Amino acid sequence: MSAPAAAVRARIFPRFEGRTTLLLGLGVLLFFVLLAVFAPLVSPYDPIYQDGTARLQGPGWAHPFGTDNFGRDILSRVIWGTRVDLQIAVLGVIFPFVIGTTIGTVAGYFGGVVDAVFMRIVDVVLAFPYLVLIIAIIAILGPGLKSFYIALALVGWVSYARLIRAQILVLKTADFVLAARSLGYSHRRIMFRHLLPNALVGSIVFSMSDTVLVLLGGASISFLGLGVQPPTAEWGIMVSEGQGFITRAWWMPTFPGLAILALSFGFSLVADGLGEWLEGRK
Amino acid sequence: MHRYRFVLFRPLQFLPVIFGISVLTFVLVRLIPGDPARMLLGTRATASAIERVRAQYGLDEPIWVQYLYFIKNLAQGEMGRSIVYKTDVLKLIATRIEPTLVLVLGSVFLALLIAVPMATLASRRRGTVADQGVRVVSTLGLGMPSFWIALMLMIVFSVNLDWLPVSGYGRSFGDKVVHMILPCLTVALSLSAILTRSLRASLIAQINSDQATAARARGLPEGAVFWRHVMPNALIPTLNLLAVNIGWLIGGTVIVESVFAIPGMGQLLVRGIFSRDYMVVQAVAMTFAVATVLVNFLADILTVAADPRVKL
Repeated sequence: MSAPAAAVRARIFPRFEGRTTLLLGLGVLLFFVLLAVFAPLVSPYDPIYQDGTARLQGPGWAHPFGTDNFGRDILSRVIWGTRVDLQIAVLGVIFPFVIGTTIGTVAGYFGGVVDAVFMRIVDVVLAFPYLVLIIAIIAILGPGLKSFYIALALVGWVSYARLIRAQILVLKTADFVLAARSLGYSHRRIMFRHLLPNALVGSIVFSMSDTVLVLLGGASISFLGLGVQPPTAEWGIMVSEGQGFITRAWWMPTFPGLAILALSFGFSLVADGLGEWLEGRK
Repeated sequence: MHRYRFVLFRPLQFLPVIFGISVLTFVLVRLIPGDPARMLLGTRATASAIERVRAQYGLDEPIWVQYLYFIKNLAQGEMGRSIVYKTDVLKLIATRIEPTLVLVLGSVFLALLIAVPMATLASRRRGTVADQGVRVVSTLGLGMPSFWIALMLMIVFSVNLDWLPVSGYGRSFGDKVVHMILPCLTVALSLSAILTRSLRASLIAQINSDQATAARARGLPEGAVFWRHVMPNALIPTLNLLAVNIGWLIGGTVIVESVFAIPGMGQLLVRGIFSRDYMVVQAVAMTFAVATVLVNFLADILTVAADPRVKL
């Protein structure tokens, strides 16, 4: 985008343009990080303490988000759940990111048979419904978060590999690569010290929006009973536990779902803000 | 017509992908721990009974022989028999395909019904409160887990208003329609968020394009410019995005079918995985994967048909 156009856009669209979106998103994320760190201090009750005298109580002064069928305080469980769900969002993206960028860089740089083999694997994985493949791998490894991370690493790398490879294919014809070659640098040095830093920007923006997918995936897996196991407080499980009580206790599934929504919103804003900011800089 | 030559050659490129899919499904399914014969007969089955069932389904052969049988049957249009349901797998799929197809098509239709007006509003009133509202709503839509939307819709429309049934599929046509409204709406709400964002961006690009300017210069009113020149061109990338997301969409139906207890392919697949029903999992996964490949192929054809400049 040219400078005058950007200026015009900044004037007619001042509040939601790049920087503001990014800061707003980072604000949301900071809120959840603080919530996770200070969970023991902020939460009014023990997240797994069962108060037999306070079962299925609606939102009120004593329990702002109500209580569940075991008399556990939902607000406290939502706060403690932040720890698990933030971890899912971060770890669930890091592994595919690292594996995908490495494979994409190598495939794009060397081309030929290596590239052809990896790209066919990418095609096959992409032809599968994402969640179905994750469920199948978890069925092999057994339920739990560790299996979920492994499944994500095995499936999620393909998007990153594709993105990075496309970038590397363009970049590797650039003069700076030729210069590095003529200086006698090794392939590894050229790939990871020269090409990768230049190719990484798009993947970083994508990883932010991928976080939302991973978070929703993790919650869905837990919802199906394949991820985090009870009585751990995790938002997906809490929604799942509320499913049987929708006629009597609407607050049980509602509040944990709102937490997922809020955290996803934060990550989406960061992704949008980063994307707009980088586009504006071009 | 040479622009359409890829229609003849592209299917050849699918062959390695479909081969890969068949290997992957076959291996994955057999890696799931647990013996299907034991699952079928229960814990008190005798060793000889288990052996008999294993022989009946060819499970006693080496794995590569099993794979060759699988390929041979596939070539003859057979997918084997379900170990749990004890019927031909293809017949089983035939009875389960309707709800899933209705769910996918219904949600795509509803999603477009939501996304097109939203994106139109946002792009034509760009920078206004309406545009920002659409942005916030669609960004929120991206972050809503489908199982949660499903429960929220149930609480509002089934529990409180008592307008629609909570779950199930129904028998008569009208009954089915009533049962499928909430499931389709669930998927459509997340899908429309993706589509709105994409469509808004391409509408904005098209509104300022040379052809739109040319149409305005010929004296066409803005509404006609928008609906005849801007919208059709902007829809192409959005429909492609829809095709790319078909795998995500099918994965989503697995969750939605499970929440609403809809007897579709997704439910069949998840149950198949847990009951080690190899043949069913293989067949459903293959169907899903081939459908994904085909939808993307269709999207390519549609793109070429819609835009004479595109060559594939």
